[in-house]
Amino acid sequence: MHIVVCIKQVPDSTQIRVHPVTNTIMRQGVPAIVNPYDLYALEEALRLKDRYRGRVTALCMGPSQAEVALRKALAFGADEAILLTDRAFAGADTLATSYALAAAISEIHKGLAVDLVFAGKQTIDGDTAQVGPGIATRLGMQLLTYVSQIGELDLEAREVTVHRRSEGGVQVLKTRLPALITVLEGINEMRFATLTDMFRAARYPLTIWNKEDAHIEDVTKIGLKGSPTAVSKVFAPVNRTKRAQIIETQSGQAADLTATLVAKLFSQHADVGGCINSASLSSRGRA
Amino acid sequence: MSAEPTQKSPTPRPAGRRVVKFDESLAGYKGVWVFVEYERGQVHPVSWELLGEGRQLADALHVELAAVLLGPPDPALRGFCDLAIHYGADLCYVATHPVLKDYRNAPYTSVLTDLAQRYCPEILLLGATSLGRDLAGSVATTLKTGLTADCTGLAIDPDNRGLAATRPTFGGSLLCTIVTLNYRPQMATVRPRVMAMPTAQTERVGRIIEHPVSLVEESVVTKVLEFLSDDTSKEARLPFADIIVSGGRGMKRRENFRLIHDLAQVLGAEVGGSRPVVQAGWIGPDRQVGQSGKTVRPRLYIAAGISGAVQHRVGMDKSDVIIAINEDAHAPIFDFAHYGIVGDAMTILPALTRAFSEHLRTMKRVG
Amino acid sequence: MTEHFDAIVVGAGPAGNTAAYTLAKAGLKVLQIERGEYSGSKNVQGAILYSDALERIIPDFREDAPLERHIIEQRMWVLDEESYVGGTYRSADFSKTPYNRYTIIRSQFDRWFSQKVRDAGALVVCETTVLDLHRDGHRVVGVRTDRENGSVYADVVILADGVNSLLARKAGFHEEIKPRDVALAVKEIHFLPESTIEERFNVTGTEGVVIEMAGKITKGMVGTGFLYTNRESVTIGIGCLLSDFKKGGVAPYVLLEQMKAHPAIRPLLSGSEMKEYTAHLIPEGGYNAIPALYGDGWLMVGDAGMFVNAVHREGSNLAMTTGQIAAQTVIELKAQGKPMTARNLSVYRRRLEGSFVMKDMKKYKDIPDIMDKNRQFFVAYPQLVSSAAHTMLTVDGTDKKSKERAVFKSFTAARSRLGLLADVFKLWRAFE
Repeated sequence: MHIVVCIKQVPDSTQIRVHPVTNTIMRQGVPAIVNPYDLYALEEALRLKDRYRGRVTALCMGPSQAEVALRKALAFGADEAILLTDRAFAGADTLATSYALAAAISEIHKGLAVDLVFAGKQTIDGDTAQVGPGIATRLGMQLLTYVSQIGELDLEAREVTVHRRSEGGVQVLKTRLPALITVLEGINEMRFATLTDMFRAARYPLTIWNKEDAHIEDVTKIGLKGSPTAVSKVFAPVNRTKRAQIIETQSGQAADLTATLVAKLFSQHADVGGCINSASLSSRGRA
Repeated sequence: MSAEPTQKSPTPRPAGRRVVKFDESLAGYKGVWVFVEYERGQVHPVSWELLGEGRQLADALHVELAAVLLGPPDPALRGFCDLAIHYGADLCYVATHPVLKDYRNAPYTSVLTDLAQRYCPEILLLGATSLGRDLAGSVATTLKTGLTADCTGLAIDPDNRGLAATRPTFGGSLLCTIVTLNYRPQMATVRPRVMAMPTAQTERVGRIIEHPVSLVEESVVTKVLEFLSDDTSKEARLPFADIIVSGGRGMKRRENFRLIHDLAQVLGAEVGGSRPVVQAGWIGPDRQVGQSGKTVRPRLYIAAGISGAVQHRVGMDKSDVIIAINEDAHAPIFDFAHYGIVGDAMTILPALTRAFSEHLRTMKRVG
Repeated sequence: MTEHFDAIVVGAGPAGNTAAYTLAKAGLKVLQIERGEYSGSKNVQGAILYSDALERIIPDFREDAPLERHIIEQRMWVLDEESYVGGTYRSADFSKTPYNRYTIIRSQFDRWFSQKVRDAGALVVCETTVLDLHRDGHRVVGVRTDRENGSVYADVVILADGVNSLLARKAGFHEEIKPRDVALAVKEIHFLPESTIEERFNVTGTEGVVIEMAGKITKGMVGTGFLYTNRESVTIGIGCLLSDFKKGGVAPYVLLEQMKAHPAIRPLLSGSEMKEYTAHLIPEGGYNAIPALYGDGWLMVGDAGMFVNAVHREGSNLAMTTGQIAAQTVIELKAQGKPMTARNLSVYRRRLEGSFVMKDMKKYKDIPDIMDKNRQFFVAYPQLVSSAAHTMLTVDGTDKKSKERAVFKSFTAARSRLGLLADVFKLWRAFE
């Protein structure tokens, strides 16, 4: 069994700030982390490896600094790590990204047949959840997204059964390999690497591929050129800045403050009041 | 600055500040489409919200708005076609076949791309649900076109008839506007409750176009073994709730959430929370409001112990009335709430519950 | 873990990085263990880089090290409530390459240095905490980490794990740090556009300014404040003795807020956006607080050894220098085939004594005590000096001689003639 896990190194979005004057994104000093969703995918792949034996290859497309993310994957137990890096990939949107990754996976497949491709549900910088489906479509793999549980994996019959999150419930799906699975967050707990793993990860000779190594010939499909979408502007949200009316009373006691608030609400916002009235009546009916 | 002369085959150019002129080769693509998400006998309300938005886009472009409905050969679908027209569609494409009974990526992608290639819409919108995102990514890749996810705003650029899709980025701290240069259809997904629900106009009429489906079950590799329904009695109906009482980290302890539940009960409200309390396990993830949770548009949103950081704000700032309770007078939530009380939520909440109880009791007596 | 190393370096701050780098460059088998996610993630510093120390380690560091601005102007301010008296030194000399001091962003700089350490051949492992030292009798033979298979052995362990070295305390190399031997410092980085910084601080290109401050801003506590200019941001911070904070002084964050509101400082920050807030402990005990620095199988470097010259705000260069001297000691012993016994490693201490490190530490060894016992330097004097300046510089019809008399009277009233003389003597003694 051979699983390729796609990981991405992303800026820690909680630390991104907007420049107060130029309104540009300030990435200076914002640490890069492994996309947290991808770690769930990696752990899930490693659990399958524990169960069924096989190999896990971590694949990452990014600048050379992304090497750190791959070493993390190795520390957790990935057998192989490949960094796909090339200036020509710069500016890629999701269509161009899925093209490059699909090409790399095809190349990996030539070395050792790929049965499954795992990815996180989405990235915390793009939030699009589009690259997984894009890769699956390009490679003709069965696509299973929002997977909360991997059930049976029958390597003989080349079938896999999963639980897929849907509106109002879970679809239990069975499909044939090769398949691409994107996993939900929180479905597992990451293992703790041993010191031996850390040593191995630090010393591991990463495989580094540029576009030629991945046999990408059509440069119009990658990077900026291969991106149908473009960002026309980035800006800080212009928010409603009318400050709240802070309720204050002579006594400052909770009873007075809240009584004042409730009175104000019902008198100034009749429709909201009416809504509360009917909702509370029906809820009392329910209870 | 003047734009470069347009060429025969569309060449992508970075949009930047240059005016991208309309590429004549794309004139053949016309119409705004909305994918109507039908599953297990119901249509997801986001589809109607998108029709409302789609109507405005279609009017701006002076083109028709079409609903696209895929599903099993069930007569009920016809009713949904009519409903789509009531919500603003000029026509409804419908494709039915047993192979489309349950959502599976391959057959749905095949049929939707088929339709798009046949009828050439310029814009295709889908709801950003798990089904919608699964389908949109595959369709966009097959059609080799641009897809913008989780949009919060859609508009037409008058210079080039292009769709300008605005969406949050980097966790919600920023917004960006994305355009699809010279590729068609321009695709976008929109989260439920971001757009307003339109009013159904029952007098509206339109055309229904049946599209033949030539797939066979044997060719579909993925099989649905069963569907495990969620326990609906405990299910949170947050996105469509009219009144929501929400708690954040300022509630300090799991036990204190009881006060939120008490107030919610008196008001007949749903209970929600910010991301930290969901992560701490104080409430379930289906009750998370915010950038990575649900977007809500209730009439009344009461936020207790929530600071109002942008990640939470984007999920609820479209509420009609927002009341904030926080012991920090400088908490950002007071910058956009309508009313606020500065104080300890553990004291204010029970008082507020009593105040509402009292008021409702009085009204009942009077009324 | 059966693999054996020549040396294990605990910590990847400036001291640890220098030690690991120097050892690896000399061909020794080095393992460096850092508990943070990456080298620099747990470090907090102003920060000023002193080229001299780094030049001796990586001579061509200027080629690719992340440097913010090179310092061409130093301002020293003594602040009263609403005013300050200060001196400025600016020299065209500082604009001549090679530059002597730079402002840096600690975390970025450490990450750069860490890559050099890796390139030199050291094995660097992060997100791993050293819990304990392994001993064979008295001799330190290795470390135990918090990971499975987590014990590693080496000929010598170099402790570079910072001011709060739990390891050193656990091993009994020094006692619990006394609150009067450390300062608690807080700082914020504020974003400001490059052009604004250039205008406001009167610099161009990559020139920078450093402002060191003392006086009423520390509200009677022993401490100092600072403001440094980076490329696109300024760092502002303040720190006081932990013992003073504990005595019920103003909380560090409040101190910083009040400092930022000072009429001389507020305009410098106007329009900025706060990017990060951090706090850290800084060794302040000086020479008298230096613990045991070596033993059978171990050496101590950097903040762990309390190597900070508080008077001159020098810490990182001492860290790098002690790290280098420690590494050189080990390299020599290895080359001579000698074991890492306390006796052999004592060369480290001797070398330190012969270097500026101990010489400077010794010179200022009385300062902590003197400052602690003479609060007038932080309260009375700033006020007196400020008032004096105000009096002399205000033109209000009074003749200058009367003004001078008034100033002198205010000083003697506050400190008495004898007191003034005593203060001068104390300062002279302190700096001698």
